[in-house]
Amino acid sequence: MTNTTNKTNSVALTGGAAAAEALRQINPDVMPVYPITPQTPIIETFAKFVADGEAETEMIEVESEHSAMSAAIGAGAAGARAVTASSSQGIMLMAEMLPIASGMRLPILMLVSARAISAPINIHGDHQDVMAVRDQGWIQIFSENAQEVYDNTFIALRLAECVRLPAMVVMDGFQTSHSVENLEILEKSAARSFIGEYIPKKYLLDFENPVTFGPVGLPNSYFEFKRQQIEAMNRVMSEIGEIFGEFGKISGRNYDVFEKYKLDDAEKAIVVAGSTAGTAKVAVDELREQGEKVGLLKIKLFRPFPYAQITEALKNAKSIAVLDRTVSFGSHAPLYSEIANSLYQIPNTRYQIQSYIYGLGGREIFKEDIKKVFKEDWNNKEIKYIGLKENE
Amino acid sequence: MKLGKKIFEIIFHARGGQGAKTAAELLAQAALREQKFIQAFPDFGPERTGAPIQTYVRISDEPILTHEPVVDPDVVVILDETLLGIVDATKNLDENESMIVNTMSDRETVQQKTGYIGNIYPIDATSLSVEIIGEPRPNTAILGKLLKVSEIVKLENLVEVFREKYVDKIGQEKTEKNIQAIERAYDSL
Repeated sequence: MTNTTNKTNSVALTGGAAAAEALRQINPDVMPVYPITPQTPIIETFAKFVADGEAETEMIEVESEHSAMSAAIGAGAAGARAVTASSSQGIMLMAEMLPIASGMRLPILMLVSARAISAPINIHGDHQDVMAVRDQGWIQIFSENAQEVYDNTFIALRLAECVRLPAMVVMDGFQTSHSVENLEILEKSAARSFIGEYIPKKYLLDFENPVTFGPVGLPNSYFEFKRQQIEAMNRVMSEIGEIFGEFGKISGRNYDVFEKYKLDDAEKAIVVAGSTAGTAKVAVDELREQGEKVGLLKIKLFRPFPYAQITEALKNAKSIAVLDRTVSFGSHAPLYSEIANSLYQIPNTRYQIQSYIYGLGGREIFKEDIKKVFKEDWNNKEIKYIGLKENE
Repeated sequence: MKLGKKIFEIIFHARGGQGAKTAAELLAQAALREQKFIQAFPDFGPERTGAPIQTYVRISDEPILTHEPVVDPDVVVILDETLLGIVDATKNLDENESMIVNTMSDRETVQQKTGYIGNIYPIDATSLSVEIIGEPRPNTAILGKLLKVSEIVKLENLVEVFREKYVDKIGQEKTEKNIQAIERAYDSL
């Protein structure tokens, strides 16, 4: 439900509805959809906009997520601005098509309401789905709250179309997708001009300049395709600053590839992505009031991973805890690994860095849990778990 | 509300299908009208019709950063009295805070069942809604009582939000009857 009055652009929406509101203003050409909890409120809300004539998008109800991504790829290759949304097993099922979207350099936008993966069956939030597909050539941006979901939808689409790679905007399933929160929405004209008209560089329906998409790339050419994809992903880092800047001008909200919260003089710092960053900020505030030098690094851009900037941001911290809402069985958790890689670049320094796993399958995480984490020793003798009941 | 606390927090206890989520969202939208910061979200447990559920609301003059479930409520609203004694509704509820219960019983009975010695406000919101609306809709009616007890948003703002949101969905007559039920609950002793 939108509750826009004439006077203000302040609304209260769930994260899912905030994503749909952004899509309403973007008015994409094509949106193939297949429902799955906790993503469904996005496509449901957007379908209502289309039915009410508030967006002219061609919605295609397909028979599976595999088909949803396939249809988005077809539409994208034809020259359309294509978007979709999914979660969990849906992303697992479309996994075969994800690298095809990125390999064909199609700037498809996907809203993800991140959720646990079966088995056992669990419909609740964690980051296992998006982390499972982190190496499929998609840009990935995490959101802390409904405002960031809305804003990231615009930013990610611009970025995707700029470097010609697909992008996922990630919100935490339920914690963000189903929570009503305050947010400011853009004036329609500002939103439209920020997004602009989509002019694909090459597309199938350009009969003057016929091209092919997804041909065979044999050993004599495949490697070069991949190399170009790597370069495109690297280009995100050189383009994103200008896009953030432009967005800041129209919204008053200035973003970076991550957010530093009371980090510069922090001795102990937590690194976390998603809605838990908000809860962690409150924990940091309360510990700071007691004189503790603690801080937070909130991850936003996860692919590409901003190694150099993160190295710089964390250089003053003495010890660091990385909170992952996913696991990598038989290995370190993904965010922990990336942070460890970033710190490795700092010469002659030994950091204490501790890996924590939290929130799998929707397990709650409280401010007190995070305060407790800050008080623990971060010696990384083993992976630690937050809120695990077998410890009780 | 406890000293130094900046965010007013409410927990609704209900059974799946009783409209606690709707009530929470109406309250949040009414607070938005007063330029407040809000959060409204259901407990993300198993969602089955009839199963005990919780819904949370936060209202504040400052931005709300946390995403944890409400652990220390200022008011607890119980939409279904069969939950009394089944759910731990009095957890972290201090003596000077409040519990609003949809029940035909009196204060003493609720106190006996819950062991809560603070402010108990029983209201028969089900009978009230049946009488006025012609349907059991305690979820909207009880909001009147909640506003009277907590003064967290103005009654007129809740009424306006309700009218705006529901007039197209349920029609003029039913909308006005719901509003009447909210107002009657507000005025009840």
